[in-house]
Amino acid sequence: MNKQVLHSFLNLGVALAVAAAPAFAQSKYKAPRTPDGVPDIEGVYSNSSNVPLERANNLGAKEFYTPAELTAQAKAAAVPREKAATQVGTVADIHYDVSQFGLGKTVTDAMVNTRTSLIVGPTGKVPPMIAAATKRQQAARALTAGHEMDGPENRGIAERCFYWGGEGPPMMPQGYNSNLQIAQGPGYVAIQQEMIHDVRIIPTDNRAHLDPSIRQWFGNSVGHWEGETLVVDTTNFNDQPALGRGASRDLHVVERFTRTGPETVLYQFTVSDPQTWETSWSGEYPMGKIKGQVYEYACQEGNYGMANILSGARADEKKAAQK
Amino acid sequence: MRSWFKKLGGNRLGFGSLLKVSMVSLAAALALFIGYQPASGQGPSVKAPVNTYKAPRTKDGKPNLNGIWQAMNTANWDLEAHAAGQSMDPKDGAMFAIPPGLSVVVGGSIPYLPAALEKKKQNFANRLKLDPENKCYMGGIPRAHYMGHPFQIIQGGKDMMFVYQYAGAVRTINMGKPIEAPADSWMGQSNGHWEGETLVIDVTSQVEDSWFDRAGDFHSDKLHVVERYTPRSADTLWYEARIEDPKTFSQPWTIRMPLYRHVEENAQILEFKCVEFAEELLYGHLRKPAGAPSVPAQTKGGPGAAKGKGK
Repeated sequence: MNKQVLHSFLNLGVALAVAAAPAFAQSKYKAPRTPDGVPDIEGVYSNSSNVPLERANNLGAKEFYTPAELTAQAKAAAVPREKAATQVGTVADIHYDVSQFGLGKTVTDAMVNTRTSLIVGPTGKVPPMIAAATKRQQAARALTAGHEMDGPENRGIAERCFYWGGEGPPMMPQGYNSNLQIAQGPGYVAIQQEMIHDVRIIPTDNRAHLDPSIRQWFGNSVGHWEGETLVVDTTNFNDQPALGRGASRDLHVVERFTRTGPETVLYQFTVSDPQTWETSWSGEYPMGKIKGQVYEYACQEGNYGMANILSGARADEKKAAQK
Repeated sequence: MRSWFKKLGGNRLGFGSLLKVSMVSLAAALALFIGYQPASGQGPSVKAPVNTYKAPRTKDGKPNLNGIWQAMNTANWDLEAHAAGQSMDPKDGAMFAIPPGLSVVVGGSIPYLPAALEKKKQNFANRLKLDPENKCYMGGIPRAHYMGHPFQIIQGGKDMMFVYQYAGAVRTINMGKPIEAPADSWMGQSNGHWEGETLVIDVTSQVEDSWFDRAGDFHSDKLHVVERYTPRSADTLWYEARIEDPKTFSQPWTIRMPLYRHVEENAQILEFKCVEFAEELLYGHLRKPAGAPSVPAQTKGGPGAAKGKGK
């Protein structure tokens, strides 16, 4: 096992004892200021997390694990994962070695999250979709069903290198390269996600959103500061917001970034979309500062997969026609 | 040395009184006073600017480069001088014809090694298929600055972030102790520092696949670029890039151009992901032929993957 990961697990109990304050409590921490006098949230962060978006059914309304439960859980999970990752012939071994590639989910102790789901509240679930949204989603799926290999348009958005699933907004922990960099200039905050080198430049003068005729994959974000907190409001999505889950172009996301300590930012989000859900839903998780820099994830530039998938399908068709 | 000095406007400084000073410290003093050092080999095409402008400062005392900037030239068509030209497909008419432009190369032309010049010609002949811009690949440095799209400089108190509209490219300028690139990349590794009024960025470790323009001008993996950003008025910057690549060029060469600030209200970088505009070019020949039966989905991402977040 990677020493850093082990260290992280062993320290879990200590860290939890320190960080056991309820996550919704107002943070007392006052962040250092940028030269322009606003809270300094600059840095390279990981937003990796073991916590699922939705709570497991058997947990009911239990919103938090106890420190003891979490420690036991982490220890139990680590052993088979490490074993699988180094066992010759297993998928985990062929794909990524968890220790070697630094894929341990809890990158720093400061990011330990006692929540049972990223979604806050008693249900811990995305609310049920309204009937019209379900129909819309089914119709969209029917368009490509049985024709998944016909052309690039029928492949997944991430496979086409448009965006990675968790980019959002709201930003979700990624399977790997779950890193982001925040830069601040006078009147702006820029958030770069490693997947797929996408940047949102957020003006903090609370200006109006773009004209509704301009629709974008990541929407249009505008922001302002409320004391210690950066509040970002995003609309103007196109028909396929990176949130997925059937969200429509009417998706509206509000995000809040609050420094809770020298190494941490609490990230909170609220999602609403009357074309998709009857009620809005909210979630939160801590992001932790990491050493080093965000790497360039050149997705389109290295997308050999798309050509291989399509040419493979054409070869299969030829073979089938010869039978 | 003397002509170099005169080009900088040295006459105006009163040369006689400065003669006592050694030439080395004179050069240093000039660099500090004028904040601008010209590259060697400047020619008739792009004159070395005389620059005495002092930019407004950020709160921490550095020249303030924050803003949305864009080149206003035809360098992306060809860094060298070029007359107007027919569009690549004559059916496109005048709308997509090539606009004429002066050279942005100091000295006028690019000093290719003979074999490299041949490759450039091949690139040009096959540019529709080969130019990385047409495939929606990140522009690299210096090309990202003159692709007909704006870019934004985010300058806080520490590292800087340059965000380019074309293909959503981005790079961080490390302003601390220089960092060696962890890996080669399309936008390279950028280490910056201030020389008076000028932001100097040393760019290394760019992949060999990016081009300089649509004329097929290219480089190898030995590319080393030194950029200089010097404010010349409230709303313009001088941009200069010294290009060194011994595998491709007989000597280092320099491009120089002004960059203009977007001053319109609500100016902002918009989304130009552009992958969707390149799919037909890249994969059109791999589409299922009309009328042929579809191969059933075999991957887990199968039905619905196109609308979901398949990984």
